Amino acid sequence: MTTLAPPVRETRTRPAPARRKRSGRAAPYLFVLPALLLFAAFKLYPIGWSFVMSLHRTVAGVDTFVGADNYARLLDDPLFWTALRNTGVILAVQVPLMLALATGLAVALNSTLLNGRSVFRLGFFLPMVTGLVAYGIAFSVLLNKEYGLVNWLLGGLGLDPVPWLTDGLWAQISLGLALTWHYTGYNAVILLARLQTVPAELYDAAAVDGAGALAAFRHVTLPGLRPALLLTTVLSTIGTLQLFDEPFVLTGGGPDNATLTIGVYLYRNAFSYFDFGYASALAYALTVLIGLLGLLQFRLLGDKS
Amino acid sequence: MTSRQRGRSILLTSGLAIALAVVAIPLYWVLVAATHTSQEIFDSPPPLLPGGDLLTNLNTLQQEAHFGRVILNSLGIASVYTLLAGAVCTLAGYGFATYRFRGREVLFGALMLGLIVPAQITLVPLFRTMAELHWLNTYQAVVLPNLALPFGIFLMRQSMAGLPKELLDSGRMDGCGELRLFLRVALPPMRPALAALAIFLFLYQWNDFVWPLIVLRQDTSFTIPVALASLQGLDETDYGAILAGTAIAAVPMAVVFLALQRHFVSGLLAGAVKE
Repeated sequence: MTTLAPPVRETRTRPAPARRKRSGRAAPYLFVLPALLLFAAFKLYPIGWSFVMSLHRTVAGVDTFVGADNYARLLDDPLFWTALRNTGVILAVQVPLMLALATGLAVALNSTLLNGRSVFRLGFFLPMVTGLVAYGIAFSVLLNKEYGLVNWLLGGLGLDPVPWLTDGLWAQISLGLALTWHYTGYNAVILLARLQTVPAELYDAAAVDGAGALAAFRHVTLPGLRPALLLTTVLSTIGTLQLFDEPFVLTGGGPDNATLTIGVYLYRNAFSYFDFGYASALAYALTVLIGLLGLLQFRLLGDKS
Repeated sequence: MTSRQRGRSILLTSGLAIALAVVAIPLYWVLVAATHTSQEIFDSPPPLLPGGDLLTNLNTLQQEAHFGRVILNSLGIASVYTLLAGAVCTLAGYGFATYRFRGREVLFGALMLGLIVPAQITLVPLFRTMAELHWLNTYQAVVLPNLALPFGIFLMRQSMAGLPKELLDSGRMDGCGELRLFLRVALPPMRPALAALAIFLFLYQWNDFVWPLIVLRQDTSFTIPVALASLQGLDETDYGAILAGTAIAAVPMAVVFLALQRHFVSGLLAGAVKE
């Protein structure tokens, strides 16, 4: 490599063995130090402080210690349960549907029968590039009941206008559609990358054994996809539990709290009601939930090892 | 190809083409709507082809939301963030990937905790810290908290782990200092990974919404997503203007992404799907 130090400098800069060893031992710490300092200041410290805050009540900017009151209040708060249920519905319905769709898309994109593979790969990934707020706003106009493009198209098919954002159930469906539009391609690309590492011989062997397309999918494709499916499931779960931008922009959590998520409720408590203590308790509940679900998924989907 | 295979190929390709069209409609429609007045957008039938009101919409954006300033804010914040976070993540990734040292696993594990712990938990304390420092409405308040991005560190560690050990060792034999070794030997072959990291960081900051929404409280310091959301909250929302702003937010990113997608996708995947 031409960029290495030329021999002339070598004699000048080569340090004594002892000194060199010491500087060598400190070097790794110096490389990771900036990240660790920033992490301690802007993650660890706030995480700790958040817990302390969750034990206080803030009224007019003054903190009073209230012990576990905020957590007790959480259990009696119907809106917390509404937010939890809404999140649970997305997790149970939208995430599996999206991942099934992404798996199908990945298999299709991996097929040698497909023409123009690279164009398709790019096209389906493109929604990921548009920001959450941008597509939230776009969907809110597209799905407008009286004037939106979607209802106009449905009208062309002879269907009645759908109250996409003004009816509770439809608002949940709209939110699910928007999320699916945004993230399916992203998940498909992760799955596709994994799919490409599955040896072609396995498919040949399956064909020799007389396996049809469906059997090959079940016994070769799905087991091969396992680590990538685990990754996409865990990422989608974390993303869903933290969901904020889309409901905030698309529906504002409405109508009648039908799309209220824990993220939106937390934001409301902290930055509309300035109840920092209660918001912190919500954040902690959310963290525990994410930790538990993540653990559960690793148990269920992860390898035995 | 047998005729049966050809039939299947046509079926698959046209099926995916229809799916892609459905995915692309919202994107196309944003571009169309950006060139129409709010009134026209809600016409029946809705406009399906570009109109002539783009300049009017841009003018409205400038009047209502100081959009020129807002674009500069977004560009400046995202650029500075990309440079600084890129440096922090690359240094840390290199340290974790190429050295064996005491506490390596514990420290790396602690950093990765950030992937699981929801960002919401830090919002309130960080907001209060920024308020006490009188940093509300400042760019450092937006940029600083996310510099040590766990995913970026993870990505760089995965990429750097592929560096041949002999390359680094031969550099050391030549008397190369550790920093020089990093800059002159380790970094050059990392260009694709660095490109992927840079796009990821830029996109992340460009589209970030919640944190800027919280710390930026004055419309002249808003970033694009915050400005767009604030316009949507107005009584008489001008959707032509908002969607023009939406297009401005999305189009440059799409172009950058298309230009560099080879690096981006392969770089991200190298990090993400390794077992």
